[in-house]
Amino acid sequence: MYPSRFHYEAPRSLAEAFSVLQAYGDEAKVLAGGQSLIPLIKLRFSAPAVIVDINNIPGLDYHEEDSDGSLNIGALCRHRTLERSPLLRSRYPTMAACAPLISDPMVRTRGTLVGSLCHADPQGDWASVMLALGGDIIAQSAKGERAIPASQFVVGPFQNALEPNEIAVRARVPASKGTRSGTYLKLERRVGDFATVGVAVALEASGSTINRAGIALTGVGPSNIQCTEAEQALAGKTLNASTVEQAARLAAQAAQPKTDVRGSAEYKRHIVHTFVMRALSNQQQARAA
Amino acid sequence: MAQALDEVKIGGLGASRKRVEDDRFVVGKGNYTDDFKLPGMLHMEILRSPLAHARIKSIDTSKAWQMPGVHMVLTGDMAAQHNLAWMPTLSYDTQAVLATDKVRFQGQEIACVVADDPYIAKDGCEAIQVEYEPLPVIVNPYQAVAEGAPVIRDDKEGQTDNICYRWDVGDREGTERAFAQADVVSKIELHYPRSHPSPIECCGSIADYNAATTKLTVYMTTQAPHIIRAAVAIVAELPEHMIRIVSPDIGGGFGNKVPVYPGYVCSILCSILLARPIKWIEDKTGNLISTGYARDMYYKGELALRKDGKILAVRFHADTDNGAFFSDAQPTKFKIGLLHSAFACYDIPYAYMTAQGAYTNKAPGGVAYRCSFRVTEAMFFQERAIQTAANDLGMDQAEFRRINLVKDDQFPFRTPYGFLLDSGQYEKCLDVALNAIGYHDFLREKEEARKQGRRLGIGLSTMTEPLGAGNSREYDILGIKMFDCAELRVHPSGKAILKIGSKTQGQGHETTFAQIVSHELGIPAADILVQHGDTDNTPFGMGTYASRSTPTAGAATAMVSRKIRAKARKLAAHLLEVSEEDVEWELGRFYVRSAPNNGVTIQECAMAAYGNMPDGLEPGLENNAYYDPPNMTWPFAAYIVTVEVDPETGVWDVLRMVAVDDCGVRINPMIVEGQIMGGMTEAYAMSNMQFITFDAEGNCVGSNYMDYLLPTAWETPGFELHEVVTPSPHHPIGAKGIGECACVGGPAAFVNAVHDALDDTGVRNIDMPLLPHRVWEALTYKRDVSGAPPLKTDAD
Ligand SMILES: Cc1cc2nc3c(=O)[nH]c(=O)nc-3n(C[C@H](O)[C@H](O)[C@H](O)COP(=O)(O)OP(=O)(O)OC[C@H]3O[C@@H](n4cnc5c(N)ncnc54)[C@H](O)[C@@H]3O)c2cc1C
Repeated sequence: MYPSRFHYEAPRSLAEAFSVLQAYGDEAKVLAGGQSLIPLIKLRFSAPAVIVDINNIPGLDYHEEDSDGSLNIGALCRHRTLERSPLLRSRYPTMAACAPLISDPMVRTRGTLVGSLCHADPQGDWASVMLALGGDIIAQSAKGERAIPASQFVVGPFQNALEPNEIAVRARVPASKGTRSGTYLKLERRVGDFATVGVAVALEASGSTINRAGIALTGVGPSNIQCTEAEQALAGKTLNASTVEQAARLAAQAAQPKTDVRGSAEYKRHIVHTFVMRALSNQQQARAA
Repeated sequence: MAQALDEVKIGGLGASRKRVEDDRFVVGKGNYTDDFKLPGMLHMEILRSPLAHARIKSIDTSKAWQMPGVHMVLTGDMAAQHNLAWMPTLSYDTQAVLATDKVRFQGQEIACVVADDPYIAKDGCEAIQVEYEPLPVIVNPYQAVAEGAPVIRDDKEGQTDNICYRWDVGDREGTERAFAQADVVSKIELHYPRSHPSPIECCGSIADYNAATTKLTVYMTTQAPHIIRAAVAIVAELPEHMIRIVSPDIGGGFGNKVPVYPGYVCSILCSILLARPIKWIEDKTGNLISTGYARDMYYKGELALRKDGKILAVRFHADTDNGAFFSDAQPTKFKIGLLHSAFACYDIPYAYMTAQGAYTNKAPGGVAYRCSFRVTEAMFFQERAIQTAANDLGMDQAEFRRINLVKDDQFPFRTPYGFLLDSGQYEKCLDVALNAIGYHDFLREKEEARKQGRRLGIGLSTMTEPLGAGNSREYDILGIKMFDCAELRVHPSGKAILKIGSKTQGQGHETTFAQIVSHELGIPAADILVQHGDTDNTPFGMGTYASRSTPTAGAATAMVSRKIRAKARKLAAHLLEVSEEDVEWELGRFYVRSAPNNGVTIQECAMAAYGNMPDGLEPGLENNAYYDPPNMTWPFAAYIVTVEVDPETGVWDVLRMVAVDDCGVRINPMIVEGQIMGGMTEAYAMSNMQFITFDAEGNCVGSNYMDYLLPTAWETPGFELHEVVTPSPHHPIGAKGIGECACVGGPAAFVNAVHDALDDTGVRNIDMPLLPHRVWEALTYKRDVSGAPPLKTDAD
């Protein structure tokens, strides 16, 4: 790989990183796992003048629950860690289902969840999961922190709401309103492929009553799509043939797919429908069992 | 009595000997082209066209020339001063080395920059400014021949359309008469998509012109170093003995490394102009968008059938998309390779085929991707047509094949297209495969599953293919006949060096060719070093492709070993003090017929050749042999695949895959099985995911590994392998060649299986690859699905 020339900075603390970002402004790019940034600079689609490698900053590689029940995922927490996390497996089924579907073991070993959110690729899987869970992203600069809801974090394809002097230090999933269930289903042509269609479903329920439903889509729009109407159709209800079908229909309507090498718009919309049906039916069956 | 040698123990024929080349590869000590670093070496990068068809209005290289570290910016105009802006192709066309007038495909070479390091060279390429005037773009052969299509090759005098060849073979009238008598005529149309061999190592070269000695040495990624030397002599007008081509370790070829590429030529020219070694290593995108493609062929065919299942005749037309330059690598006489080997394994009295090639705004294609000269397309078309015909007759597909397969007692069998099949046990192979898969049980299972809304399918593919080009009466490349040579030198201590003209790219020649010598002479394989790839110290050979190395160079190896044995016999007679007629041979040892305990080993004979030869006998123990095969070799395969299709998503999974291969005598069974599994993986890849397409503007979709999908270990199914052995009647050890059978015959088995799962829908054809959305569309709308470019997008 022969990228354009760039200047390389490897700060050892967040404070140092902020001052580097301050100095270079929007000429600088943060490097986390590098699994999106490096392919871009390798192909010379992107030629940042300065690369700020945050991998040497201690204290960013974690995922843990706060006292208020929210889950925090640090900026250097790798996909691989999440894939193997007993915590996710026991209490965050949508995340646990998504993690092993991100690319392949090589990419998962380096890539980060926060980096994936920052990259804002409409085909990134984590953004759908965060939308479905109602999460947010904590941005920090020399001046302090602010929380940006996942639904406002992406401002366009490959564009996020961060200021050039900010680093996304962690992502946060709020405490659950009940028992969590859910999954992530992904149609890919091969292991390591981006989603033709991805569907994140996250339910929070008391008994059979759904307190909160999250449904979001990957790969069928200019950014990940939160299916608000489908979510509302489930909130306060129980899962049955008619609510499941209605949610699937509304989710399919929310999709904005395009015809391309992965299939026709019609096909992708159909897959959204099928996957929402499958995801919800599985939950329904699981509950019945 | 002396103990006879155990052939398997010494690594002879039939030994599953571990590959000797792997030791250096697994510890990272292989030497690939990119590993060579010569003193004073500079680096070259290529500027490629972003557009598929455009007139070049101007090229401004001034900024690149000014960059520190840049030594040369080579354009087509500069190359033209050395008569090198264009070069001849292996199909007697011309190909642009660097574009001067127009660019004709996306990724075409426009200029190259030589610099101190590849980073600067790449920066230099970016600094070149090219002004284009876009032209209408053609991405399939039908657009190419449509009214008003722009002439792509306006550089060629007298070329007024986009047709690059027309060809036909067979008995047209006889075929017509047979069709008139048919009860049923079964038709099918399909597209074999463009595929790229995609070796892991991309192409590259280091050209080192020594101005003092005027010798040119080129280290390069080629499967055919001796042909390249001849080609360089022609293209660069250098004397052949002053050119040395070294093909070091190769990271996969699959046909991609047969052609001569502009990058090679530019590195040579720059080395001559700068008198410095020039290294050019292609990047993955460069490899995927510009180097030899395979397939991209359209088939329209029909079978004349009798109600009882007998095929009376076959007739088909093929349109090939050759890209911007006709640079197929195939024997001169055959404009569409050996496509007429289609239907060879069936006893069909009459056959006729026509073919036409078209220029399009795509990279030049026509390399044989793991097959001999378009045979992959031939066998795919054949087996898709056979399955469709069985369905049209309402006949069981295994039974239909059995009726029509050439029977054991019909050999030698002349096909209606003129090939001579020499051996085989086709029905036996079919039966082994049917038993292995449990054919009738599966048919019942399929029926049961269908009642529950599940879709199972079974696909067969049976085929023979011509391997080992070729016999020199019919096959030549650039006028050079297609035989091969081997040189063997046995040293005083009985250790030997074998030199061959073919060139391994992973096939394991260093292992298996030693086994052939071992079989003939009884020298342990571990005592034999196999050398290849350096034109200064190996004998002439046509290279490795078309599964030809074992059939040709392997045969030459056996023949030269026999010459050595004949001389050793004289030495043995001398040592044993008897006459030659009284000497008997067993593996590794001569003995006196009347006194078997009285013998000498081949090693003792070797020592005598240097230290104790009889009067009048020339010293030394070395020789060479050319093998000019009287025929191709004809392996046979029966492949069966079972699948389950998810009707809601169109996703299909392979349940089982059974492969029965008859490749004649197996030299190294482990390597043979490896070749089958590798080929079958590629077959699965092409049927399921792997293809390159183009949008209406000629943008290549598949220019990197996120778009060009190669299956991983995760989705590749397991393969169940079986064997039948029918030795080749002309090959000295009865081997037939195996490198390509699975890749050639495999795709149809997978594709037929999916179609079988849809057998109640009326769908005749879904084009490869059978992507989930295509299968879903066929199933949902009960219609055929074409995969031909241009790619459908929202813009349409
Ligand atoms: C072969 C391959 C296949 C892939 N397949 C998938 C897939 O199937 N699904 C999927 O979702 N993803 C896939 N990815 C992308 C992968 O998930 C990346 O890891 C992820 O998108 C980016 O995370 P990263 O840590 O590697 O970020 P980087 O590549 O380091 O950065 C990506 C972008 O985000 C910015 N950034 C990163 N971290 C921060 C931060 N803390 N603060 C501010 N800005 C930041 C960078 O400046 C850059 O612009 C694939 C990648 C590859 C190479």
